[in-house]
Amino acid sequence: MAYRPLDYYDMNSLLTDEERMVQQTVREFVADQLMPIIRDCNRDARFPLELVPRCAELGLLGAPYPEKYGCASLGPIAYGLINQELERGDSGMRSFVSVQTGLVMYPILAYGTDAQKDYWLPKLAQGEKIGCFGLTEPDFGSNPGGMLTRAVDKGSHYVLAGTKAWITNGTIADVAIVWAKLDGEIRGFIVETNREGFSAPEIKNKFSLRASVTSDLILQDVEIPKENLLPGVKGLKGPLSCLTQARYGIAWGAVGAASAVFDEVLTYSLSRIQFDKPIASFQLVQNKLVWMATEITKSQLLVYRLGQLKAAGTMRAQHVSMAKRNNVGAALEIARVGRDILGANGISSEYHTFRHMNNLESVNTYEGTYDIHTLIIGEDLTGIAAFV
Amino acid sequence: MNILVLMKAVADSEATIKPAADGKSVALEGISWVIGPYDEYAIEEALQQRDASGSGEVVAVSFGGDDVPKVLRNALAMGADRAVHVKGTVSFDPLATARVLAAAVKGMNYDLILCGKQAIDHDHHAVGVMVAELLDIPSVSVVTKIERAGDKLKIEREVEGGVEIVETAMPCLLTCNKGLNEPRYASLKGIMAAKKKPMDEVAAESVASQVEVLSIQSRPPRQGGEIVGTGVEAVPALVKKLREEAKVI
Ligand SMILES: Cc1cc2nc3c(=O)[nH]c(=O)nc-3n(C[C@H](O)[C@H](O)[C@H](O)COP(=O)(O)OP(=O)(O)OC[C@H]3O[C@@H](n4cnc5c(N)ncnc54)[C@H](O)[C@@H]3O)c2cc1C
Repeated sequence: MAYRPLDYYDMNSLLTDEERMVQQTVREFVADQLMPIIRDCNRDARFPLELVPRCAELGLLGAPYPEKYGCASLGPIAYGLINQELERGDSGMRSFVSVQTGLVMYPILAYGTDAQKDYWLPKLAQGEKIGCFGLTEPDFGSNPGGMLTRAVDKGSHYVLAGTKAWITNGTIADVAIVWAKLDGEIRGFIVETNREGFSAPEIKNKFSLRASVTSDLILQDVEIPKENLLPGVKGLKGPLSCLTQARYGIAWGAVGAASAVFDEVLTYSLSRIQFDKPIASFQLVQNKLVWMATEITKSQLLVYRLGQLKAAGTMRAQHVSMAKRNNVGAALEIARVGRDILGANGISSEYHTFRHMNNLESVNTYEGTYDIHTLIIGEDLTGIAAFV
Repeated sequence: MNILVLMKAVADSEATIKPAADGKSVALEGISWVIGPYDEYAIEEALQQRDASGSGEVVAVSFGGDDVPKVLRNALAMGADRAVHVKGTVSFDPLATARVLAAAVKGMNYDLILCGKQAIDHDHHAVGVMVAELLDIPSVSVVTKIERAGDKLKIEREVEGGVEIVETAMPCLLTCNKGLNEPRYASLKGIMAAKKKPMDEVAAESVASQVEVLSIQSRPPRQGGEIVGTGVEAVPALVKKLREEAKVI
């Protein structure tokens, strides 16, 4: 069944030809390469590693970054559309691209030395190296500033010790961007995962993001050379600025997951007959469909405008929080309501809605939970921080 | 090797096609335009042959109205070097189209012309070979494999129940079939690079159509089915109906 995403307000006509072509390319890639395998990947808890070279070939890794690193130098809206189309397939595939792009390539680009950029960025863009981003710890999630991971300056090198938790791509990564405290201040370090003392056991038996690898990172006195420090940033704003990049993509991605759900559920409600009529002909079902369509349309408008702000250079982290919070929250609720409309079929893996629903539970939590974004926007509006 | 690809902007196969108000044309609102699927094989093959030969250029040529540049941009994004938009209105008559295209490419420098075996709108299977005829160059249709042998080409084409292998000198024109290759996606870098590639617009020669479309009609909607009965007991009645009423067995 061909995917027909909702475009109630003709957002398509706002796109440039390039943006439309980017969207089309990724849409076809997802339809041809991801959709045929995603059910099995989800069942087997397997990330489709074989698609990484294809993603790289298409230019999906680090797409907004400069051509001199082998990237496509895309604008924010085109980059957003990549996330949207990938997540209509699966949040796991989008997570992979978000992490590689926004959380691994971005800090190297923004805070790295020329040598670090020249070495790492082309390899990450080509998918020759896979990266992960280690911020969260077992005891520090929403409050990453409390992290315990430490770096100690040993004169000729640094020694890193600590444990990171819930790290996307951890087990399959060649390189980790690890955030650790050096003399009490948060700094970013490029840690090759084959270094002595580094291990990344996978977290098994997840109910969510099953087609994505999530791991602990264990750093047992890992020695890294001095040149692996990211010199350009100190403090929590380092990792938070990366999260702003990734959250931007997530806000777009959520629209894709919600659109996939809506397409499936609308089609189903028109063909499922109860009481001699399609269930779409009942007012209660229509009410749900209308609510879903309205939320999707609002989400589309939020990210489109957010993209314009990003392009203009006036986007603030709080703007991104609003879109991440709203769009992921709405997508999750849309998936739950959609699952209900599918009835018993909704719990079968024949339908994609349940998988999206389960995935969105993670997406709602990671990169700042829904409530943490409430507090971020709340502080922005009132000037009063309500975190503690 | 210099290769021309003749391609047509056609309605996306997902589009719902309806007759326009005049009853003689197709309603075009809301249709998205794509490269014809057989033309995609032609572009892919052109890119592969150019790259294998190590030199030359691929020029995408398309005849049509305002929807053409977008579709040509796609060919550039896939990797064509430049594009020529032959601007004009395409009629139903394949010979008229072939004359326009032949006139447009006549002065161009080419070793090979590739196009799809058919455009999926009018389905004439005719324009490619007619262009070859008008240019007085050899043509081979429904091609599934192309191998370069010096200045000749060894070509496989599909025939009923088998494969025919032929050889022809260049320049020549080949119409491409499914199976020839696996068309690539336009990469994001390709899409960005396409912005900077040249696209020339030339006016189409005016050629009168010798065929007139009298009317375009939708098929009458399908009638609902009839349930003859259920289970094994219904089989004789069903067979009887299939034989006597539907006359299909
Ligand atoms: C699949 C997956 C992949 C992930 N990938 C990565 C990764 O690649 N890199 C990485 O660093 N991290 C990653 N994470 C971790 C993620 O960012 C954290 O889970 C998230 O920040 C929340 O932290 P926590 O799980 O410790 O929840 P907690 O912080 O313990 O929060 C639990 C609940 O308490 C609420 N809460 C917390 N503080 C407050 C407060 N002050 N006021 C009100 N409510 C509050 C939260 O909103 C939440 O509802 C991933 C997580 C998942 C599930």
